[in-house]
Amino acid sequence: MKNVKENQSRRKFIRNAGMTLGTLLVTSAIPSFNAVLFAANKPKGKGVWYGIAIDIEKCIGCGNCAKSCKIENDVPQEPFFFRNWVEQYTIKHDGSIVVESPNGGIDGFTQSVPDAEIEKSFFVPKMCNHCAKSPCVQVCPVGATFETPDGVVLVDEKYCIGCRYCVQACPYGCRYIHPTKNVVDKCTLCYHRLKKGLMPACMQNCPTQARISGDLNDPESEVSKFVKTKNVYVLKPHLNTGSKLYYNALNQEVR
Amino acid sequence: MNPQFEHLYEALSKVDGYIYPNEIELSWSILIVLYPFITGLVAGAFILASLERVFNVKALRPTYVIALLTAFAFMLVATMPLIFHLGQPLRAWEIMITPHLTSAMAIFGFVYLWYLMVVLLLEIWFDYRADMVVWSKDAKGLKKWLYKAFSLGINDASPESRKWDDKLGYIVTVIGIPSAFLLHGYVGFIFGSIKANPWWSTVMMPVIFLFSAMVSGIALVMLVFMVLNYVRRQKIDMLCLDTIAKYLFYIIIIDFTLESLDQIHRFYEAEESFEIISLLMSGKLFVTLLIFQILLGMIIPLITLGTLQFFKPKEKIRQAIYFVTGLLVLFGIFFMRWNVVIGGQLFSKSFYGFTSFKLSLIGPEGFLMASIWLVIPFLILAFLLWLFPPWKKTQHEHLPAE
Repeated sequence: MKNVKENQSRRKFIRNAGMTLGTLLVTSAIPSFNAVLFAANKPKGKGVWYGIAIDIEKCIGCGNCAKSCKIENDVPQEPFFFRNWVEQYTIKHDGSIVVESPNGGIDGFTQSVPDAEIEKSFFVPKMCNHCAKSPCVQVCPVGATFETPDGVVLVDEKYCIGCRYCVQACPYGCRYIHPTKNVVDKCTLCYHRLKKGLMPACMQNCPTQARISGDLNDPESEVSKFVKTKNVYVLKPHLNTGSKLYYNALNQEVR
Repeated sequence: MNPQFEHLYEALSKVDGYIYPNEIELSWSILIVLYPFITGLVAGAFILASLERVFNVKALRPTYVIALLTAFAFMLVATMPLIFHLGQPLRAWEIMITPHLTSAMAIFGFVYLWYLMVVLLLEIWFDYRADMVVWSKDAKGLKKWLYKAFSLGINDASPESRKWDDKLGYIVTVIGIPSAFLLHGYVGFIFGSIKANPWWSTVMMPVIFLFSAMVSGIALVMLVFMVLNYVRRQKIDMLCLDTIAKYLFYIIIIDFTLESLDQIHRFYEAEESFEIISLLMSGKLFVTLLIFQILLGMIIPLITLGTLQFFKPKEKIRQAIYFVTGLLVLFGIFFMRWNVVIGGQLFSKSFYGFTSFKLSLIGPEGFLMASIWLVIPFLILAFLLWLFPPWKKTQHEHLPAE
């Protein structure tokens, strides 16, 4: 009687172990889920792959970039909607930081901190980082936000459902909901101009050429040389967004 | 000034410190607060029902059907705040037709449909099918036709067929438990997976959402159970009520522990976002987080329910305490959702300042509209209770779990 019981439990064990092993084997053969690989893989670009470089030492805070962008891209004039803007950072002697961007810098800047208190002050132009591993592209539930093969993050406004998940996901605050279209809007790197061989409006109108864009895959391009020869830094590198907006002389205080 | 932007100019004047210029308006407002609140009630109510069915807590038998119908009533409304929040509501179906597989949100439609159609609807149907067959013989007018239609032409009400209903219903419940976990854990993931936002981005978020969902769902069913008995002038089954309260107490302990762990971890690690988040908690969220969510919604219920585990005052007093505690718990969990959704958008991702939020009274994102979305489920529940009165069901025990 005891033998029979033992046999049964042994059989049971073998059966269960077989089932477990079999399941493991089958599931391990299934390719990993797309979402998991999203942030781990480097995109494979062979043709043009756009990147942006901004030289903080050259920016004079005139706000022409933000102004021309609004005109070129039909961005609402109200001070709540920006595809790009300029921030003024002022670091005081006591180490405290004042950041300002009245109307995105379009009307220029005035310094609110008395001269005697200022340790240093500089301008930081902000725009879409056209990330290679964009959190915004990752979270869009319908795929209305996408990355073009040449590395520009765009929105299909006929497809966007206006859920604003991408607005939440962008660590750089570069997206807004267009008040009349009711879909999300963002910097396109003036894709319509790029395709005609023109510069983006913000770069065209920068009087000091503080901002440039170009092909990161071409080692001879201005952008590639900028990235290689200068002390460049991207915003929030710990988030691993694959940002392709490189700043020269970026202070660590800048977020 | 364009009146469309008036509220934004007002918000602009209230900005504290520096925020990115696109951050003045909150992207997600009261409707998105309702979304996790309502789905949480669904998942929690369902899990209470499963306690009876799968885990064989017999004392909870009187709440089984009530819990299922409550879950169903709220589930029907769960998507509405979401759809009305969209900039392009007419394109909502694109999520189902062309889901983007790396998006957590894209999966919602499927999780929702699975839960609504496969789990809730089937389980309720198996539980009511034989009753509907019986009722359709005596009922008149609309009710008769509804019963006939809903029993889908399967008119066998024999004990044998009931056994089959029970068996299949049991299987659905077993599938339903992980589904309920999936539903609400998933809602937590929507927030928890946003690495740009340190207030949301925690691996604990799905777990916290799940347990707070259970807390709110159990509290809701407890209240519905009590109100139903008052309205029908029936004596409340105190064993049942005490048992619900006991489980509510246990789950609040777990929820409280998890949420505390999350905050302690956040404070101990004190990462880059630490300063702005501590300012957020002691400033903009002081009332809704520390007073509403933690004190009223958790600590006081823990004290009252905990005390009742040891001292049993008279039934009337216990009922009053349970009732007030249930309301407090629901209030607290609502503000837990509020603090996650609204709180996470009050500080700038630059960590240098705050924007402000004012809930308007009217408008699609206003207080009144939000209240309507919370009232409708109760109307649906009243209709369901009229059509499928649990107290008229043929009394039978569920088959014990095999």
